[in-house]
Amino acid sequence: MNTNSNAYIFIYSSVLVIVVAAGLAFTALTLKPAQDLNIEIEKKQNILASFGIPSTPENAVELYSKYVKETYAINAAGEKLDLEPSKVFNTDLKKETVKPIDERVLPLYRAEVDGKTYVIIPLRGKGLWGPIWGYVSLESDLNTIHGAVFDHKGETPGLGAEINKDWFQEPFVGKKLFDASGKFTSIHVYKGGKGASAMAGDTDHGVDGISGGTITSKGLEAMLRDCLVAYEKYFVQNKQ
Amino acid sequence: MSKNMKLLTEPLNLNNPITVQVLGICSALAVTVKMEPAFVMALSVTIVTAFSNLIISMLRNTIPTRIRIIVQLVVVAALVIIVDQILKAYVYDVSKQLSVFVGLIITNCIIMGRLEAFALGNKPWPSFVDGIGNGAGYGLILIAVAFLRELTGSGTIWGFQVIPNSFYAAGYENNGLMILPPMALITIGIIIWIQRAKVSSLIEK
Repeated sequence: MNTNSNAYIFIYSSVLVIVVAAGLAFTALTLKPAQDLNIEIEKKQNILASFGIPSTPENAVELYSKYVKETYAINAAGEKLDLEPSKVFNTDLKKETVKPIDERVLPLYRAEVDGKTYVIIPLRGKGLWGPIWGYVSLESDLNTIHGAVFDHKGETPGLGAEINKDWFQEPFVGKKLFDASGKFTSIHVYKGGKGASAMAGDTDHGVDGISGGTITSKGLEAMLRDCLVAYEKYFVQNKQ
Repeated sequence: MSKNMKLLTEPLNLNNPITVQVLGICSALAVTVKMEPAFVMALSVTIVTAFSNLIISMLRNTIPTRIRIIVQLVVVAALVIIVDQILKAYVYDVSKQLSVFVGLIITNCIIMGRLEAFALGNKPWPSFVDGIGNGAGYGLILIAVAFLRELTGSGTIWGFQVIPNSFYAAGYENNGLMILPPMALITIGIIIWIQRAKVSSLIEK
């Protein structure tokens, strides 16, 4: 057979592509449940880390059900929405954050550790190269940050990618979302140089940004502001 | 059999894909900070090389020469995606560390090189063995480099701390430079130097 005739080449490549596509589709479908479980476990680990509970992939599910007492969603007016917890857990923040604030579904997690209650808010925003996301846990005054974790898809290693490191996340602890007069101010991420003196005068809201990672730092600041402002009414109504 | 043995052992030393053919350097620099990802990467490349060699060798008499590179790429790409999906399902942490480098196995010159040079002209079993040998030769260097970098850069081996705390108390510090890619290049350079010093047949006239 002439393996170099046009007809042969067309048939050969068509058959090859169909066989390969079927094989890949089969693999993807078979492995999907295991992959989804990994993603769920990672999310639970992030939520646990945001209020200071270290976990491993093995014990994350158990610890999560031990500490996280409630999963619910609200709207921007602060009213509780009637949604299944599993649905809230799987809320697609990518879609929610582009909606107008009034139409967003706003997920919340309530955790209890040693008698103290924390409220965890999921965040999602834009870094330099792609999405960044994170979780902040608030103390029961719904003002003071108890802990924060951030992660990213593909920020620059050593620069923007540092947002998932402890040294960047620790300064968020103890910062406040509202100023003394009760106005929503969120958190400011400062640059060095001139920013250093501004940060010194802003101890309640200011954290140090990343040199060389300015766009990621600013994206993170915007993410905190834009995601948290939607919860403002809820915070004011429910603070203790 | 001795011919097959040679296919298996030659890439480990005399015809090593990294130190002698200088292929696949890019991923060798990127994934050798820690031993675990280096091992998974080595295993993935070995599997992909072996099976793409096997498949291409079985198809070799039917592949139209005019589109043979495309056919090779389709086979390699499919295998890489399968490996990537399996890693995501069963070793999620490692797959996150390897990030894009698993996908980039497709462009690893070792694989295309072996397909072109060997699998297209040889029977399936020797091709499979050749793939295992070359993957192992690649993996050997990867793991050697990762061992040195993890030990000196993080003070651990396979994630376990081996440098005692008393060393740190006495002022010892991990070498941060070893974590960065330039030191991987220098480490590979040193390995090539040692290998050429030992094996006289590799020295160019």
